[in-house]
This record gives sequence, C-alpha cells and structure tokens, in this order.
Amino acid sequence: MVTPGMATAVESRLEHVRLTQEGKPVTFLEAIREAIWEEMERDPAVFLLGEDIGVYGGAFKVTEGMLERFGELRVIDTPISEIGFTGAAAGAAHMGMRPVVEMQFIDFISCAYDMITNYIATSRYRGAGGLPLVIRGPSGGGVRGGPFHSQNPEAAFFHTPGLKIAYPSNAYDAKGLLKAAIRDPDPVLFFEHKWLYRRPQLREVLPAEDYTVPLGEARVHREGDDLTIVTYAAMVHKCQEAAEVLEREDGIEAEILDLRTLLPLDEEAIIRSVKKTNRVLVVHEDTRTGGVAGEIAMRINENAFEWLDAPVLRVTAADTPIPYSPPLEDEFLPQAEDVIKAARYLAGY
Amino acid sequence: MANRTEAPPQTVPHGLDLRQLREIYRLLRLTRSLEERLVTLHRQSKVVGGVFRSLGQEGESVASAYALRRRTDGTGDMLSPLIRNLGSMLVMGAEPAEVLRQYMAKGDSPTGGKELNIHFADYQRGFIGQISPLGDLVPVMAGVTLTFRQRGEDRVGMVYVGDGATSTGAFHEGINFAAVQRCPLVVIVENNFYAYSTPVSKQTAAESFVDKAAGYGVAGDQVDGNDVLAVYGVAKKAVERARAGEGASLIEMLTYRRRGHAEHDNQSYVPEGEIDRWANTNDPLDRYVATLLQNEWMSEDEMSEADASVDAELDAAVAASDASELPEAAVTYDGVFAAGRVPSLWTRAGSPQPSGW
Repeated sequence: MVTPGMATAVESRLEHVRLTQEGKPVTFLEAIREAIWEEMERDPAVFLLGEDIGVYGGAFKVTEGMLERFGELRVIDTPISEIGFTGAAAGAAHMGMRPVVEMQFIDFISCAYDMITNYIATSRYRGAGGLPLVIRGPSGGGVRGGPFHSQNPEAAFFHTPGLKIAYPSNAYDAKGLLKAAIRDPDPVLFFEHKWLYRRPQLREVLPAEDYTVPLGEARVHREGDDLTIVTYAAMVHKCQEAAEVLEREDGIEAEILDLRTLLPLDEEAIIRSVKKTNRVLVVHEDTRTGGVAGEIAMRINENAFEWLDAPVLRVTAADTPIPYSPPLEDEFLPQAEDVIKAARYLAGY
Repeated sequence: MANRTEAPPQTVPHGLDLRQLREIYRLLRLTRSLEERLVTLHRQSKVVGGVFRSLGQEGESVASAYALRRRTDGTGDMLSPLIRNLGSMLVMGAEPAEVLRQYMAKGDSPTGGKELNIHFADYQRGFIGQISPLGDLVPVMAGVTLTFRQRGEDRVGMVYVGDGATSTGAFHEGINFAAVQRCPLVVIVENNFYAYSTPVSKQTAAESFVDKAAGYGVAGDQVDGNDVLAVYGVAKKAVERARAGEGASLIEMLTYRRRGHAEHDNQSYVPEGEIDRWANTNDPLDRYVATLLQNEWMSEDEMSEADASVDAELDAAVAASDASELPEAAVTYDGVFAAGRVPSLWTRAGSPQPSGW
C-alpha cells in the first residue's frame, strides 16, 4: 500500500547518487554507485543481477536506491547461484543487454569459474559473439573478513584469454573505469577493494561531466627516480605510505605505478618506468605463487633486461589461505614495512 | 493399441498440416543421412575430431524444435542444441554444409575452424551452440529468455540437456533461476539411458527426471521421445505456455542412444541385445514412416522423392565442404577481443631475436 510520504522517502534516499552533481566529495563506494547509476540512466540495456542487491541495496549498499528507481526488471535479486546468474548475464548479453553482475563477496566468483572461463571468456573466439558484461564485487583483505570474505581473485582470471580485469585504487579511477567497463564490448571483471570503500581519506570531488578511464592504461601515482614500485588497488596506498618514509628517512624517491587494469596490462608504462629507474619492486596483496607479479617480472625480463641494475623483487601476501585473527591477518598481508625493507635492499643493490 | 484396419483420421494432430508432416519427414531423413555422411568422412580422416551420432533419437530433436517459431531475422524463438541435437539445428535453419565444414575444421565454417561440430551460433536464425561443460547453457538460456521478458517480447527459448547434465550445478542453478524469474524457457531432458558409459541408475536416485520439475516449481511432462507427433504435441504445449507468460517447464524425453558417446566408443558397457531391440522395434524414423503411411499422410513415392532430394542436397554439400580450405594459421590470433589481435610468439614472427610480445 502506498502511504503518504513514501515518494519523499524514496527521493531523499536518492541524495547519495547526486553528490557529484552537487559538487560534494564522494567516497570510493559512492563513486562506484554513481557510475552504475549514471550508466543505467544513460543506457536502458544496462541492468543488474546479484544477491540482495535490490530490496536490501547490496551487502555494502552499493546498489541502494536502484530497485526503486529502475524497477525489478533491471535490478534483479537472484537466488544464491553464482553459476546461474553469471550464466544468465551471458545469455542476456547475447541478446544485446549489458548486464552488471554483483558478487556479494568476490570470493564467491570461484563458484562461477567454469561459466566465466569456459563460457564467457571464449564466446567471441568461438564465434558465439562478444559478451559485453561486467562482473564486479568487493575484494581484498585487511577488514578481518577471514578466508572467504577477503580474497584477491585476480590471478585465477589473469591467466584466461578473453577477459579484462580492472582493479582501481581511488574514487576517480573507480568511477571512470567502471563506466568504461560497462561500455566495453568484452567481458570485464571489476574488483573493488572493500578496505577502500568508505575510507574518508579517499573522498574526492569528481568531475561533474561524464568521463571514463580507459581500460589498459596505468597511472603514475607518484613520480620518482630511484626505483619503481609497480602495484594496484589498496596496495597503492601502502606503497605511498612506504614511499613517504623512504623519502624522509633514506632520501629514496620511489616511483609508484598504479596499474589500474591488469588486463590489458600496460606493459609500455611498466617498461618506461623501468628504463627510468632501473630498479623494480612489484607489490600485490594477492598471494605469491602464480601471482600477477611473476608475469610482470617476466615481461620486464623479456623487454628491459639490460636496463636493470638489480633483480626484480616482489612483496606479496604469504601463500596461505587468509586468516581471520588480527595478528595472523597482519602477518599474512604485505605491509608498508615490507615495502620499505624491499625498497631499501633494491636501492642499495 | 491402434487398430490398423481403421480408416485414416481426417485431421492431423496438434494443428499440423500435411506440408508440415512432410517437412518433418525430410528433416528426420536429412539428420540421419547427414550423420551417415559424417561417419564416412570421419573414416576418411576428413573429419578431424570426433563424430557424435544421434541415431535413434533424431525424432525428439526434430519434433521438439519444430514447435518453435522459426524466423531468419533475429525475431524468432531461440534454441540451444546439445551435441546430439543436429536435427534441432537443421529445423532452425542450419545448413548441412555449415555442419560439414564445422566437423571438417574448414576456414569457412561458422566458427572459422575454432570450434567443433554443431557448437556454433546464429542469432538471426535463433540458435546458440553449447559448450562441452554440460548444463552451462541452462543458465545462459535462462538469461536469453529473461531478456525476452525484460523487453516484453513474446519469444521463447528451448534448451536441451542429457540425463547426465541434470546432475550438474549449472542445470540446477539455471532451471531454478528460470523458474523464479518466470522465464519463457523450455528445458528438455533427453533421457537416452547413458551419459557416455554411465547409466541413469548411477546418475540419479530419482525415479524419473520429470519428477524434478515439481522441485523447481515448473510444469513437467514426460513423453515417448521416439513418437515424433507426441513429442511435437508436448513441446508445443510447453512453448505455448512459455509464450503466454506462464514460465518455464521441463520435458523428459524417453529415448535411446544407439551409438556410443562418439564414434570411437565401442559400447562395451551396453547389455547384449539392447541396441538391436531398440533398432528393430523402436526407431523413431521407422515409427514415423509407419504413421505417415498408415494414415496416408505421405506415400512411399513421396518418401522416395524426399530421400532422393536429401541425397542430392548432401552430395552437393559434401562436395562443397570438401573443396573448402583449412583456415590460415594467422587467424589463430584474431577474435579474442573485439579489437586487436593477440601477439604471436616472437619465434613465429620472423624476428631473429626476442622482441618482446
């Protein structure tokens, strides 16, 4: 039953998608919400699928208010079935829709591994047509989420031809990359580090006009001449913390390259920075063996071996499942001190 | 048991007309004969991969797909055929030469030599080939039909799974999604006794697959899959239900796979006499021919004429496909993404030294 005041209640709940329009700063999460909202307003083919994204607005409230605005044919609360709704997204994309799938926690993306790697990633190549869809969700540790609410799943998909992967570190990039992902003709996995979601330090005023950040272009987060730190997502901020200490205590100027997208990998930007600093540290929050750092080191080896003054090193999480208890998780995750130690070793090599 | 001395019925069942009955006959014959050609080409090593026969179950393939609205402009119903649904593909307008070129891995095949057999798609004619991980197309077709609902189109989807694929998570998640979202989807479970060598008794403890329909809250039907007209009737009912907005349904087709999983399979696991019994007493084409003759819906002469035209069509298709070239190796790197090519190995690129990728 419609009660008086309901329309006003819905209206007032929509304030959170108008922050940029009003010139107010947004958090990382709000930037993502604005990107989805604006793309849904721009293109009627864009629609959402996921668990608890409608009535509840999503576990992290990314899609809050969208059901009321766009209706239940465009904001679909699904059964707990990652294969089911990821497959359904593929089917809808075959028909010309632009589905945006939410994994409630990105850890659950592995439930849909077959659908993503066997079906979606191969579709264009096997002549069944490209699949313009986005699979997004909260990833990453440091929030005491334990083994199944903290993962960084990129390496499993980094190896799969046919996928693109974005993993932003700030609100501007998150909004621009997500818009680019939704408009992209190929399937994009979009990882949102949940430690960044509501960090007050990441609030920023975004451009009022529509913009995208192209997939496949890295960004120099910090200029420096002494060594290059290649990293992405939340680690950009830990590396920044480390770089400030290195500058203050050691006089080492670290350049930080924020990859922003892992696929396509901006090899040119990596090689450019390597040729400038001749020393490279690769940092990721994902575990070590088979991680993205290995591939980056190999690309540097193939393309800029003679420019190196030191071996390429990496700082990553340990090769364990993600533990829950603070002393264990802190031990598991790469910390600023690890980056500082590795950078000092590299600088003195 | 029908009394064979009775006068022929005045009307053909399920609203079909004589032209349609004859078209179904031709499609059945085309399916069987095309597969026979593929076996020959396989023995000649012209088919480079496996050949998957639908011998003994062509009836349900053709008759179920025949219940769909067929168009060539992308506005008709959509079908997702399993490896043994060559007949369904032909109903939707797939050309024998396309199928032959797929099997023969030719450069001008629908997938340009990148995928095998009947795993190919055409959104204009309305089919999406499956992939080898079984059951995956149930959620995909749930999404296809979800979009029909989103757009308010009165189109229907049909997806096939075997008895084996009903055990997969994808089947369960897909049909459940379609049920909850009231997608206009017809899920056909072909119970042909075997998933490769595994009998149904090791696939499920359920008495029949149609019983699963109730668990998902969808309409269920079970039909003799080798009775062409009965299959058509049941499929038509499910398609009409879906088109009327009444949601998904599950149809169990009882049939029998008379050849192995693929041509290499010697079927050592099949009890003696079982295949012959089905071949001699329950072949869908034989049964359909008997029905047509008995009711005087088609004469032996008309059948011979149709058979000759099928043979002529296949002669031409085989000759044309045989003459096609294999793909250029350079095509390997195309089509992974919408734009650009994947880099080739520097050792293949003619460069005398590493040049990166």
